[in-house]
Amino acid sequence: MIEKIVSYFQYDFVRFALVAGVLIALCAALLGVSLVLRRYSLIGDGLSHVAFGAMTVAMIFSVTPMYVSLPVTVLAAVLLLRGDSAKLKGDSAVAVLSVSSLAIGYLLLNVFSKQTTNLSGDVCSILFGSTSILTLKKSDVITCAVLAAAVIIIFALFYNKIFAVTFDETFARATGTKTSVYNLILAVTTAVVIVLSVNLVGALLISALIVFPALCAMRLFKSFKGVMIGAAVFSVVCAVSGILVSIVFSTPVGSTIVVCNLGVFVICIIIDVLKGGTKR
Amino acid sequence: MELLSLKNVSVGYEGKAVAENISFSVFSGDYLCIIGENGAGKSTLMKTLLSLKAPVSGEIKFSDGFSKTSIGYLPQQTDAQKDFPATVWEVAVSGCLGQCGFRPFYSKEQKKTAKKWLERLEIFDLKNKSYRALSGGQKQRVLLARALCAAKGLILLDEPAAGLDPIVTKNMYDLIKDINEKNGVTVIMVSHDLSAAMKYSTHILQISRSGAFFKTTEDYKNSAEGKAFLGEEDEEND
Repeated sequence: MIEKIVSYFQYDFVRFALVAGVLIALCAALLGVSLVLRRYSLIGDGLSHVAFGAMTVAMIFSVTPMYVSLPVTVLAAVLLLRGDSAKLKGDSAVAVLSVSSLAIGYLLLNVFSKQTTNLSGDVCSILFGSTSILTLKKSDVITCAVLAAAVIIIFALFYNKIFAVTFDETFARATGTKTSVYNLILAVTTAVVIVLSVNLVGALLISALIVFPALCAMRLFKSFKGVMIGAAVFSVVCAVSGILVSIVFSTPVGSTIVVCNLGVFVICIIIDVLKGGTKR
Repeated sequence: MELLSLKNVSVGYEGKAVAENISFSVFSGDYLCIIGENGAGKSTLMKTLLSLKAPVSGEIKFSDGFSKTSIGYLPQQTDAQKDFPATVWEVAVSGCLGQCGFRPFYSKEQKKTAKKWLERLEIFDLKNKSYRALSGGQKQRVLLARALCAAKGLILLDEPAAGLDPIVTKNMYDLIKDINEKNGVTVIMVSHDLSAAMKYSTHILQISRSGAFFKTTEDYKNSAEGKAFLGEEDEEND
């Protein structure tokens, strides 16, 4: 089997898929820690549905999907993650936005699509991730690399601020931290990461990339720094093993990565229980 | 030295006043308790003092060198914090963040401040412990340390003893009084606990729909308003 994997590495598309997958998983995990702790676990799900709606509109007008989905998703993220000042709160806002975009997207696609196109095939590939991660071009990989670099720099520079805003937004604001700025930064990066990862795991499974690594790390580490680093490591390991497994056994990439994440999560729970609980 | 003063300030939501005509000043070293019935506007006043909310009318004056962000704030604990993965040190030092500006990391000076307050509150040995594993009283001390890190001489406490058992509550109040007296930290406390308010504070601000009432604690106990409010509470307790 090792030989099989090695032989695959001769192909560009395999290397590209691995690099892009690892970078996106890394970004999603870093953002995920803050999102999960702020009780926004389902934001990934919601925003990816918004991206789906936007992509269908783009398909109808034959525009490159990213040009429509990126600005629309960023806008939705900013509206949802305004923090304490948001009128429609948390989960209900996410629910409203996500189901409406899903419905509108599917509706438009049905009304406007030509008879000859493979409608359910298109929808399925958007929702569950196509094999498109295996057809990435060099330019796609570079986009991912730039994005990942940006997210890592943001987290390195604003690490302490992100901690403060996540732990206690009211306190941070009261003591002079410009929380709205950091909320905005987090919202925009979340949206960008989600739009890019629609290619990797598909709109339905994005939450996994965001939620699982953070939950795994929270089981095993007690400091914020530990959780951040742990989540990043778990996420990268799962992405690499998921992509390799899917290539070797010809399984769908997205679901394989998610199942890997689930496996690690179960292992983390078992370790945590054996150690006598997180409360140390 | 006068730190801040309010003159005929009204606080409320979206232009509607909840409590009107509030006037008082806080001097360095004071221990002010804000009391009043539920819905009288205590929390709203507190948010206004922290500049999380603009006053409906009137103005809050801060003295020179003292600004709205110089107030160390001890909020009530939120649900999200109960299982938050963070060490005691990470939480306490985050109080210094407001003074960081655009600098991404804490300075040596700030770390020293955090260490000083953790030691003062006798929780420095817990610094690598997980915040979520602490008892209620210990958590409250960590948040108090964070507030003291953020403060330039004035802390604002929102029900610091909420949810604590009687012994821990007394320890907490004693500790706050001790910091007030020995470290010269000015305290503003919002409280439901009238007996503690009478015992520890130097000044009382009572707010209600009919108006605000500001006096030293001694004068307050002997005033008609004070007697009425305290007596009323006693009856409720019987």
